[in-house]
Amino acid sequence: MNSICAVAGVVIRELYRRKDFYVLFFLMATIALTMGCGNLVNDEKKEGYLKEICLLLIWVSSLVIAISTAARQLPAERESRTLFPLLAKPVTRSEVIAGKFLGCWIACGAALVVFYFILGLVSASREHEWRVLEYAQALWLQWIFLAVVIAFGLWGSLVFATPAANATICLIVIAGVLVLQQHLKDFALAHPEPERSLLYVIHFALPRPEWFDMREALITHRGWPDGVEFAVVSVYGAAYAAFFLLAAWVGFRRKSLLA
Amino acid sequence: MTPIVEIKDLRVEYRGRGLGQAPKVAVDGLTLNVNTGEVFGFLGPNGAGKTTTMNVLLGFVNPTGGEARLFGVNVREPIARQRIGYLPELTYYYKFLTAEELLRFYARIFRIPKAETERRIDELLKLVELESVRKRTIKTYSKGMQQRIGLAQALINNPDLLILDEPTSGLDPVGRMKVREIIQRLKNDGKTVFFSSHELGEVETVCDRVAILHQGKLKVEGRVGDLMQQYQSNLEQIFLRIIGYLPSPQT
Repeated sequence: MNSICAVAGVVIRELYRRKDFYVLFFLMATIALTMGCGNLVNDEKKEGYLKEICLLLIWVSSLVIAISTAARQLPAERESRTLFPLLAKPVTRSEVIAGKFLGCWIACGAALVVFYFILGLVSASREHEWRVLEYAQALWLQWIFLAVVIAFGLWGSLVFATPAANATICLIVIAGVLVLQQHLKDFALAHPEPERSLLYVIHFALPRPEWFDMREALITHRGWPDGVEFAVVSVYGAAYAAFFLLAAWVGFRRKSLLA
Repeated sequence: MTPIVEIKDLRVEYRGRGLGQAPKVAVDGLTLNVNTGEVFGFLGPNGAGKTTTMNVLLGFVNPTGGEARLFGVNVREPIARQRIGYLPELTYYYKFLTAEELLRFYARIFRIPKAETERRIDELLKLVELESVRKRTIKTYSKGMQQRIGLAQALINNPDLLILDEPTSGLDPVGRMKVREIIQRLKNDGKTVFFSSHELGEVETVCDRVAILHQGKLKVEGRVGDLMQQYQSNLEQIFLRIIGYLPSPQT
């Protein structure tokens, strides 16, 4: 655990010393704050739309941060060759993977906390109540989904050699899952067998992003999962993250770094 | 003496780059031992297989055949690296970290207690003369300074075996002398040093034994004094003869 935390610490330190992370971070925070504070539409009914846009921004920017951070970890270490002095120490490759994951996940969590805090603050000023529990639930589920994304990005970085290729492909795949996954079932129904079964298999094999997405509930204050559902979704996300991390470890454990 | 480094019939092949291209043999049937307390020079021209052998010892490259052990443990086991320090040929460190952050990071991996870590950091930064720039990020360091922080990180765990890949490359004469002094000091402390170098004068001065590798094969191995007596010349001449650059006396 010591090595995992040490590697995670370096990931976090690198992030807060990188300028591009700040650009996205402050851009997002500023847009959210401006949209929330500025009386743009002067219509109470339309505040819901503003909140929805803010939440969409939070989703998009947190996904971009997660993917761009996770996808570059291992390829950048290989490119800059910092992986060599690291692996010359008594650290296993699984610890490196776990440390990278933990670092990215904590960094994304910190970014989410700031984003949700700003949104919560702005909403509270309008609605005159701060629904802390609702925001915490939404944040947690989104954070769990980001764990899946980060683990997927790390696994992808062992398949695709360059950070840019990996980040692009991860972004396309995640966007594809977000947009298409929920329509796949209807699409499957419109097809005859055996395509239908095949599409069903894909539908159930892909993670269900809508289970982690509490945007609608945050706006309408309805449709919150109960305790059991909440726990099940958390375990479901953790299982997916664990699966991708395991795949990353299998790919990395015997990989010759120079061949 | 107990061998700290055991390499037995080691073979490493790299895949051919193009389709149908034959694999490149980087190391071929290498067998050698390095004993406790020795300073062992690993020599050879560029592309001889020195760095590949070191990469096998460090677990970066999986051997195609044979085996390598450190302290009697297969190099694939991370525990084999608990008591070693490694200095790569070029500086490969996190450039966004400061010198003391880098050393603290590696110390944490070795599970060195905090108080001991701080004491070691002070001691090592003093040794490599980087005390005054300890809070500067590594990206602002000159090449020589980066090489020195590399040496400090290699010593953070007070290793019993030090693997140095061309430790003096890119250093000025003062830096080279400093590295030689450090190696000498480690030798006096009973540490084992396994290092590759192209500086044959330096090797002659500090090494107990040497091995010369050429085209992946071990050509010569022995005590420096014995080899010089056997060949009736200095190490540089021996080296040039073995790699075929100079004719051997018989021819």
